[in-house]
Amino acid sequence: MIHVVLPEPLRVLARIRGEIRVTTAGPPTQRSVLDAVEARYPMLKGTIRDAATLRRRAYLRFYACEQDLSFEPPDAPLPDAVAKGAEPFQVVGAIAGG
Amino acid sequence: MSGVRVLVGTHKGAFILTSDAGRARWKVSGPHLSGWDIYHMKGSPVDPDRIYASQTSSWFGQVMQRSDDGGRTWNAVGNEFKYDGVPGTHQWYDGTPHPWEFKRVWHLEPSLTERDTVYAGIEDAALFRSTDGGQNWHELAGLRGHGTGPKWSPGAGGMCLHTIVLDRSDPRRMFIAISAAGAFRTDDGGASWKPITKGLHSSYIPDPTAEVGHCVHRIAMHPSRPNTLFMQKHWDVLRTDNAGDEWHEVSGNLPTDFGFVIDVHAHEPETIYVVPITSDSLHYPPKGRLRVYRSRSGGNEWEPLSKGLPQRNCYVNVLRDAMAVDSLDECGIYFGTTGGQVYASADGGDNWKAIASHLPAVYSVEVQTLP
Repeated sequence: MIHVVLPEPLRVLARIRGEIRVTTAGPPTQRSVLDAVEARYPMLKGTIRDAATLRRRAYLRFYACEQDLSFEPPDAPLPDAVAKGAEPFQVVGAIAGG
Repeated sequence: MSGVRVLVGTHKGAFILTSDAGRARWKVSGPHLSGWDIYHMKGSPVDPDRIYASQTSSWFGQVMQRSDDGGRTWNAVGNEFKYDGVPGTHQWYDGTPHPWEFKRVWHLEPSLTERDTVYAGIEDAALFRSTDGGQNWHELAGLRGHGTGPKWSPGAGGMCLHTIVLDRSDPRRMFIAISAAGAFRTDDGGASWKPITKGLHSSYIPDPTAEVGHCVHRIAMHPSRPNTLFMQKHWDVLRTDNAGDEWHEVSGNLPTDFGFVIDVHAHEPETIYVVPITSDSLHYPPKGRLRVYRSRSGGNEWEPLSKGLPQRNCYVNVLRDAMAVDSLDECGIYFGTTGGQVYASADGGDNWKAIASHLPAVYSVEVQTLP
């Protein structure tokens, strides 16, 4: 089971409490994890990735195991600790001051 | 017992204001969909408890919401807006071709006759329609496919389709307006469109009388006179009496003819309202005095309405979708400000009071007159 942590506005939108757990058919990647998240919560389609291009939204980042994975290819395997469910895959919103 | 429901879209959520027909005491509900930009909300004339909302965010993109219980609860519906066919290009700020890219929904216009049909005006400018209550959206591509489409270019606020006016007397006729592109009309249900800009004069474009390029801010119509439209342009207030075939200016004695909103009294088709804004660079009322101007003659002769509105140190703006009217016997007029106030008049504009204050910046105001 992959643990996924979403930013608060998306948890509210999808009516999720805490982190969620999804499974993927093969080794988890950014694409397969996000596909699984969107399959379970269709209202999140287009909110993490652009619906047409599937590109990560500019003000979001993907973190895991204290690494920024935002610029990794979407089909690159996620770290073993994420695949084993020991560490979460985090979707993080950009901070904004002012 | 009849009443009024005011739908307020703001920078940080949706608010719903309700009152009985007396409109003296107001209950404020919200924020709904909190933390997101709510560009626009509008209820179905067929089923007032069905309300559509455009919820958008720089972080998370576009979400569409629908309520079927008058705004108490909301459910996300479809948010995929895919341009028909190969999107092609429009003109970018530097004059180069730029691909059409969906950014957000600016305006929602529910059908006058079909509960599940709703139109959406989007940025980059295009018109979409859903016939299943917002689950699926399809472009009416004849508009963007109009020959001038590649010449459209965004203004500073983006290239948004922000106004959709439906004609109760002819379901195949529709009017739309696009920032920095102009106004268009269809007479065949959206299959084909023609620019309706004859008579417009805009000194900020190379050819002031060009077919496209005029920055139309808002168009309003009284349902009993579908051939008469009123327009607040970037500068100038105008009217047409032949469905847009030709416009003429009716700015008359306004202190400035820059502004965003324009609307028509529910029972007097020649009584119209605007909120003059100082200029295109000074987006606040002249001399810091917030005043609605009313014309009872369809334009040219205007009177200031200020009773109950701030008359000193007021530097808010009133955005294009932020004025509406109710249809009670004594017509109510409503508008919201970027300072987070919603003002209402229960007597056609003679007297005003704030019915909500300290909200986030108001983007849109719509009114439902409930049975």
